[in-house]
Parts: sequence; C-alpha cells; structure tokens
Amino acid sequence: MTISRRDFIKLSAAASAAGFVGFPMISTGTAAKRVVVVGGGTGGATAAKYLKAFDPSIEVTLIEPNQHYYTCYFSNEVLSGDRTLDSLKVGYDGLIKRGIKVVQKAATGIDAAGKKVTVDGGETFAFDACVVSPGVELKYEAIKGYSAEAAEKMPHAWKAGPQTALLRKQLEAMADGGVVIIAAPADPFRCPPGPYERASLVAHYLKQHKPKSKVIILDAKEKFAKQGLFMEGWKKLYGDMIEWVPASKEGKVVRVDAATNTVWAGELETEHKGAVVNIIPPQSAGKVAIASGLADDKGWCPINPATFESTLQKGVYVIGDSSIAAPMPKSGYAANSQAKVAASAIAAALNGTTAPTPAFTNTCYSLVGPEFGISVAGIYKIVDGKLISVEGSGGVSVANASEAVRKREVAYAHSWYNNIVADTFN
Amino acid sequence: MKLKFLSYALMAAGGLATGAAVAAMPDAGTMLANTCLGCHGPGGSSTGPATPTISGMQPESFLEAMKGYKEGTRPATVMDRIVKGYTEDEIKAMAAVFAKQPFVRYAQKVDDKKAAEGKKLHKDHCEKCHVDEGMKDEDGSSVLAGQWLPYLRFAMEDFQGGGREMPKKMKSQVDKVKEKGPDALDSLLQFYASKK
Repeated sequence: MTISRRDFIKLSAAASAAGFVGFPMISTGTAAKRVVVVGGGTGGATAAKYLKAFDPSIEVTLIEPNQHYYTCYFSNEVLSGDRTLDSLKVGYDGLIKRGIKVVQKAATGIDAAGKKVTVDGGETFAFDACVVSPGVELKYEAIKGYSAEAAEKMPHAWKAGPQTALLRKQLEAMADGGVVIIAAPADPFRCPPGPYERASLVAHYLKQHKPKSKVIILDAKEKFAKQGLFMEGWKKLYGDMIEWVPASKEGKVVRVDAATNTVWAGELETEHKGAVVNIIPPQSAGKVAIASGLADDKGWCPINPATFESTLQKGVYVIGDSSIAAPMPKSGYAANSQAKVAASAIAAALNGTTAPTPAFTNTCYSLVGPEFGISVAGIYKIVDGKLISVEGSGGVSVANASEAVRKREVAYAHSWYNNIVADTFN
Repeated sequence: MKLKFLSYALMAAGGLATGAAVAAMPDAGTMLANTCLGCHGPGGSSTGPATPTISGMQPESFLEAMKGYKEGTRPATVMDRIVKGYTEDEIKAMAAVFAKQPFVRYAQKVDDKKAAEGKKLHKDHCEKCHVDEGMKDEDGSSVLAGQWLPYLRFAMEDFQGGGREMPKKMKSQVDKVKEKGPDALDSLLQFYASKK
C-alpha cells in the first residue's frame, strides 16, 4: 500500500479531529489483518477503538451479546437515587462509526490454534489476533444456597443493569429501621472499593429517607481498599449507621436462604437477617476465557504484562478483570489502560514492528457521599518482565482533607466518568 | 518523495519511531499520553464537568504544572500522586504530545451577563499575557478560553490563598479586578468558560 503525503495528512487530521493522541499506522502489507475482540465492556471497547486508530487497515470485529452496556462504575449512584440507570447505558454506535464491525452474539469458544472465535449458533470468526475481555463470572456456587435464581431475591448487582434496578427497588420498598446486608468477597474481585462505596451511598439514601436503618457489611477479608478514607467518611457523614464485620469477627458469608433473607457468616455460622440482602459472590475470569483454556487453576488468566498476551494461548490477549495483572486492580480504568497496551502490541505484531514501551495507569474514584469523594491512583511499569507499581507514586487521597478537597474529588469523579466513557466508547 | 514523507511522519509522531519501513506506530510519548485520557478526555480535551482540558497546552505550561505538582508548590487532589510515577523525560514526551492536540471546546452553562462583563475585564487586565482572549498558550499562560468553569474556579481559589502562588503581574491585575466588585473575578472566569 502506498500513500501520498496528502493522504497521510488527511488521515492524520481525521485521527486528530477524532480525538486520538497518535497517528494511524501506515500499513505496508496487502494481506488482511483481522482482530476479533471478545467482550464489549470497557476493556474490549477500548481495545477495538485503539486497534482501529493505530492501524485503520486492521479489520476489527467486536463480539458482544448485549445491545447496550451498563457501566458498573457509578452504578452505586443509582442505588442512592442520585443517578438513573439509563445514564449508565452506552451503545456501540461510536465504534461502528469508526469502522468496527459489531456482532451481537455471545462468544462460546476461542480456538487459538485454529485462530477462530465461535459464537452462539456456531458461526465462526477467523482472526490473526484475538483480544479477550469478558469481565468476571460470578461464582454463585461458592456460597451455599446462592444461585442465579436466588439473586432475583438477594441481588448481587455486581454487573450493572437489571440487578442494579432490582437492588434500588428493594431499598426503596424497605421500611425505616431495616437492616441492609452487603456481603463482600475475598480478593481478588472486580472493583475492590465497590462494596464500600455501595455501603456509603446506601447509607446516604437511608440517612435521608429511612434514618433508623443500618448497613452491615459482612466481609470475607480483614482489610479493604481505601479503608481509612471510607471509615473517616462513614464516621463523619453517617455516625454509626454502617457496621463493618471483618472475616476474623465472623464476617465471611458461607450460606444464604433467599426465601427468608437470611445469611450465615463465619465459622460459627452466625445468623443475620436483612430487610435487603446484597450478596457479592466470589468471582473468576469470564466463562468464555475459562472454557477456552485461558485461565489457570485458580480461575484467572495469566498474561505477559508487556503485551497482555496469554501465557497459555499464543495470539490471544486477555485484558481487564479476567487477567492476572496485580498490582493493577480489577478496575475500569485498568482495563482501559491495558487495552491500549494490548492494541499497540497487536498492531505492532501484525505489522512486523516493535511496540513502544508499555505504560499503565489506574485512577479510580469512590464516593463516600455526594460531596465526599476519594481516589486512588497507580502508575505501573514493566521491570524484569514483571508489572510493578512505580515506587513513590500513586496511593490514596490524603487523610482528613478539607471539605473543599473532598468536594473537588466528587467533581473530578464525575468528570472521570464522562471522560473514560468517551475515551472508551465514542 | 517516500523518504520525505517518512521524515514528515516521524516528525509528526514525535520523532521516536525507529526507522522501519512502517511509520507512525504510537511512540513512547503517545503511549504515555494515552494513559491520561481516561480522566482528561479524548485527545486530552475533557468532556467535563470539571477536569481540565490539557490538549493544546504548550510544553512550558505542561512542564511547569508537573513540576509544581511534583514539588508540592501547586495544590492537587490526585496529580501530585500521579506525577511521581514519571521521569523528567517521560513528562517531556507527554508534553510534546499534548502540545500538538487541538483544544476541543464543549458547550458549558455560563451566565451570559457575567461573561459579557468578564470580556471587558479581560481586555483591560489580562489580554497582555493571556493573548487572543485566552485562546493561546504563550509563555506559560496556559489556555483559559474554553476551560471548564469549575476548574477555573478551583484554580482561582488556589491562587486566592489556597497555596498556589500568583506571578507578580497577575496578582496586581487580579487585585484590580477584585476592586471592581464582589462578582468581578467570577465574571472573568465565566467569560473564559463561555469561549467557543
């Protein structure tokens, strides 16, 4: 393929106008380059968009069963009534306009050797490289009595959508003085500060509308993300409305009965009854990743962090929540960041060039209240083949900050939402 | 011609691509800059409501801001923690990338009356350094026109005793603007936010 300088300038201008940092790659080969992206969440959508941006000659196909995606991030604001579920809804028109083919089917298998993805109904999609970003699978069976059916009574609300709406409805229907139980899983799981932001925003709702109520977090852990900041905010905003029960104090939920809204926690199986019970079960890599031999015996996908290519299946790149990428958390921002690294690695591999040094960032906000925002940031690099957090960088918001600073973080949190959605889907 | 084209491409891409036949892979600076976009928006132009746009920021302003965050002389919520993850060279590479990105202005709600008053105040007190009604980033002035109003207010709060030092010239002009009335400073910010 030859390209005139004028065409190049036009391409560059188009990329620039579209808001990309970077330039389209100029392809030299004539063979089609096909990338199939499995999963249209934050990781998959970002990968598709950036692959096309880095090299417009790559045929990018995104396979996603749902017509719309509801962002998990900020879904706790739906629970407090500060945001509608609809405001979390994003579609794929932005990606389609960029020339990405979107197939509304569920991927059932990824065949790394045969270089093809199979979808529901048996149709296959051939690829030269495959990006797998299926999020998490909820392990209902890890808690006795819990199941997809039980979740219709005791919602997990850990994938945004109807489950979020159901939990909100239950909170609205609850009488004043009720107990809301939130069961938080052991690490690793999607969105480490999520259960605690949820407790915060539920308490915010209860404080306004049902002030005699309580929130009890039954936790399978001894400590949690942004713990000091959450506890500072809880005390300040909600007094003793939120109670956190760690694993050592019988916090780990082992059994539930959805019919009576009862949970049993700890070795002694202490009984708790809730007016509303939210069970966030343990998780694993997405089903299709496990079915395709991309996960280890613990259920998560090992990758080479310099490219996010699977160490188990060549030519398949696993990004986002399914991947083993510690110290990066399982967050939307991490998935977005990993997707860009994988996209540049794939574009380089398909063109026989070298990708630039990978760069990774995570920035994640949590709302303790509508005027109390906190954050964590991390910058990551590859050293000796390992992903590490750059020494002396990142970390959480300062303790005991002024009200003005906490309020600013809320404004930045809401900007974060708009900008990451734009960077990922538009 | 092909050689010429390549050198143009290399120049445009920041000059770090190595001499293979294929030009314009994202270079290291672009790779780094792409990690900022989740917070600062596509191309570095924030879709709001508060996080500042960093596209179009000239290296002088960008480097000065990062230095301030690193040394703690510029108040921050999260940037002080983020900047410490990067070397001077990496920061320079990111500065070069954002300097080339267009500053995209999104519509924001402003008080038209205040913005009109702000326009006059700008002309009398600020245009000398914030040239072209704040549209241009010259000599480290940063782009003010089209910046998000909440951010402009945060920055001005920081200048007004929040731990960010004003250059002498700016301080004397800001003092003069404040003498015009209690809303004068905000009118000025409304004017910048109103620029399209």
